[in-house]
Amino acid sequence: MTAVEVDRINVFMAVRRAQRPARRAALSLALPLIVFLAIAFVAPILYLLVTAVGNPETREVLPQTLRALESWDGISTLDEPVYAAFANDLKVAKDKSTAALLGKRLNYEISGMRSRVLAAARMVEKLDTGPYKEKFLELNKDWDSRETWEIIKRNGASFTPYYMLTALDLQQANGSIKRVQGDQAIFLDVLARTLFVAGLVTLFTLILGYPVAYVLTIAPKAIAGFMMLMVLLPLWTSLLVRTTAWVVLLQSDGIINDVLTALHLTSERLQLIFTRTGTVIAMTHIQLPFTILPIYSVMRSIPATQLRAARSLGAPPSSAFWRIYAPQTLPGVVAGCLMTFILSLGYYITPALVGGPRDQMVSNFISVYINRDLNWGLAAALGVVLLVVTLAIYLLFLRLVGADKIKLG
Amino acid sequence: MNFSQRMSLATDRPVDALVRFEDVKKSYDGINFVVKDLNLDVFRGEFLTMLGPSGSGKTTTLMMLGGFEQPTLGHILLDGKPVERLPPEKRNIGFVFQNYALFPHMTVAENVAFPLRYRGITGAAAKEKVRQALGRVSLEALGDRRPAQLSGGQQQRVALARSLVFEPALVLMDEPLGALDKQLRERMQIEIKQLQTSLGITMVYVTHDQSEALTMSDRIAVFHDGRIQQLSDPETLYNAPANRFVASFIGENNSLPCTLLGWEGGLAVVRMADGTTLKAAGANVSGMGVDMSISIRPENISLAGQRPHAGFNRFSGMARDVFFLGDHMRLSIEAFGGQLVTARIPALQARHFALGTDVAFECSISECRLLEE
Repeated sequence: MTAVEVDRINVFMAVRRAQRPARRAALSLALPLIVFLAIAFVAPILYLLVTAVGNPETREVLPQTLRALESWDGISTLDEPVYAAFANDLKVAKDKSTAALLGKRLNYEISGMRSRVLAAARMVEKLDTGPYKEKFLELNKDWDSRETWEIIKRNGASFTPYYMLTALDLQQANGSIKRVQGDQAIFLDVLARTLFVAGLVTLFTLILGYPVAYVLTIAPKAIAGFMMLMVLLPLWTSLLVRTTAWVVLLQSDGIINDVLTALHLTSERLQLIFTRTGTVIAMTHIQLPFTILPIYSVMRSIPATQLRAARSLGAPPSSAFWRIYAPQTLPGVVAGCLMTFILSLGYYITPALVGGPRDQMVSNFISVYINRDLNWGLAAALGVVLLVVTLAIYLLFLRLVGADKIKLG
Repeated sequence: MNFSQRMSLATDRPVDALVRFEDVKKSYDGINFVVKDLNLDVFRGEFLTMLGPSGSGKTTTLMMLGGFEQPTLGHILLDGKPVERLPPEKRNIGFVFQNYALFPHMTVAENVAFPLRYRGITGAAAKEKVRQALGRVSLEALGDRRPAQLSGGQQQRVALARSLVFEPALVLMDEPLGALDKQLRERMQIEIKQLQTSLGITMVYVTHDQSEALTMSDRIAVFHDGRIQQLSDPETLYNAPANRFVASFIGENNSLPCTLLGWEGGLAVVRMADGTTLKAAGANVSGMGVDMSISIRPENISLAGQRPHAGFNRFSGMARDVFFLGDHMRLSIEAFGGQLVTARIPALQARHFALGTDVAFECSISECRLLEE
């Protein structure tokens, strides 16, 4: 290193040292939020990711059994030691009341496992010594089935692809992954439905919102202020209130149907509530401000002289609008649509209240698995799918239009 | 406009008025008129500047000509045909806006080519025209850039090229140099003027910068309060302002209240506030009003010699402040009973007097102008 280089490094270090207090001050200002985000946002997401693949039940409840199964080749018939270990594990489980957990977990993979595990646990409680194998087979001859033990052995791993596969309508059987058939395959449908509804809502908010944003920018101040209030008012109202209002409006004998029949636009009352049409209508209304505001903020930054210049150069009004004005609103359009699309992907209350059973979105299923089935693994897996799809769409937008073309502020 | 006036207009400038404003009035609210009774001819090939403070109606007039505002009353004739109801895109007028209004999502070349597509010029012909237009403003090399990648001066040139590429007979400019720094502005003034002369186009230019107006214009229309206060060539405007507003708006001016006593050999005799009598030229003064003033430009006041000169007003004043400005000195003189008069005298002369003493000053009578309100 020459003296000049040493000198340059010293200067560089001195500059960094001089800036340190300012950097620390900036960091300390942001610190509360960083801590809050880490605790309230990043940690739950990490927990969600772990839960989606976590598989603690079998490991914790059946440690001896799993050890005994270690050397099993998966083909030969199992002997007494495995059953003895299983019996011991179940005895401990009975004491700790963890047998039900195991039963629930195994039940996801083979239906009926829950009652079999609980029955076995009740049985071993009464037995003091072996041999256990006959007793288990007496209780249920499926305790001899290879499939049962295969699944128990497989779930000895700390992580399982089971939930993620299920969330994508896939299953593991005989060491290979295949598509779930028939009425078991619901999640891809739900995902497609979620994307479709979100896309439809985005499209409608754009069609309805774009002209509104334009009028907002050109209207006289007083009128624009009033219109802005109309746009913002829904934002200040609770989502639940707005959704409930739509439930009232969309009833078969609700206002909308009353008006339609009074005007003789329809001969019979339309089924709007508990339909996808109703869901899309309500969601479009709720999402409108999110699409309008970014478009409006971009439109406001376009000088009025742009259109005038285009006209003075010979462009008729429509041509001036589409060639000069509309392309410049693109950053706002992309931002607004992205915002509405992503928010729509996570809709829960509105489809739950306004939609029918066939209109439930991914979030509704997540809620069902968390609240009713207590299947947190699958709920987390569906959450991961939603997260990945959302991120993918965001990245796709970035790729397609460029980061500088999205103006959320 | 009455009949005889119309006749005189018609005989003075029979056919070469490219633009004619006839009794044009403009009001936005129906109560206040932004433009009041505008009558103005713009001749073919001339550079006409509308000069005035903000709110004087000059920009509104330009917007009406460009087709972005409609006159409330009156007519605008372009090439002899009324155009009040003609939309901007059908007027074939070049327009350069204050903020240039370049299209940010298009390259420089695309910007310049934009007006051509509406005139059916495409492909190689359009390319050639764009090349020529950019060449005219020395920007051939920057056709592929985006406007955001250009400096203010370059953006200004692109706007100019775009407004000229379709060869309009008339180009309007709305304070096009306002955003540029002084040096660049002065260079662009010369360039725009040269382009206008060499292409033989008619230009109507709006500015509030009087030096810009004086530099570039063939004629200047001074706007104030919705009316044209004076319409003349730059020299007349500077040397013979029609009224007090024009006198104070163009260049620096001492406006000193006075009373008209009478006329003597074509010159007005006036009494100043302290009783001093001065003579003044007063070609535009009609009556014997009390509310009058004489205007004297600072550079026309000089230190007086021992004896009075013929044809000069002589007055005494006390120098309050002296500012050295390189080639000249600015004096603040207290004269005519406590009024402050500014004088601009050569630095060499100014050495010979002391602050706070009474000194004799003089000013050519022909440079003292009697003006009505």
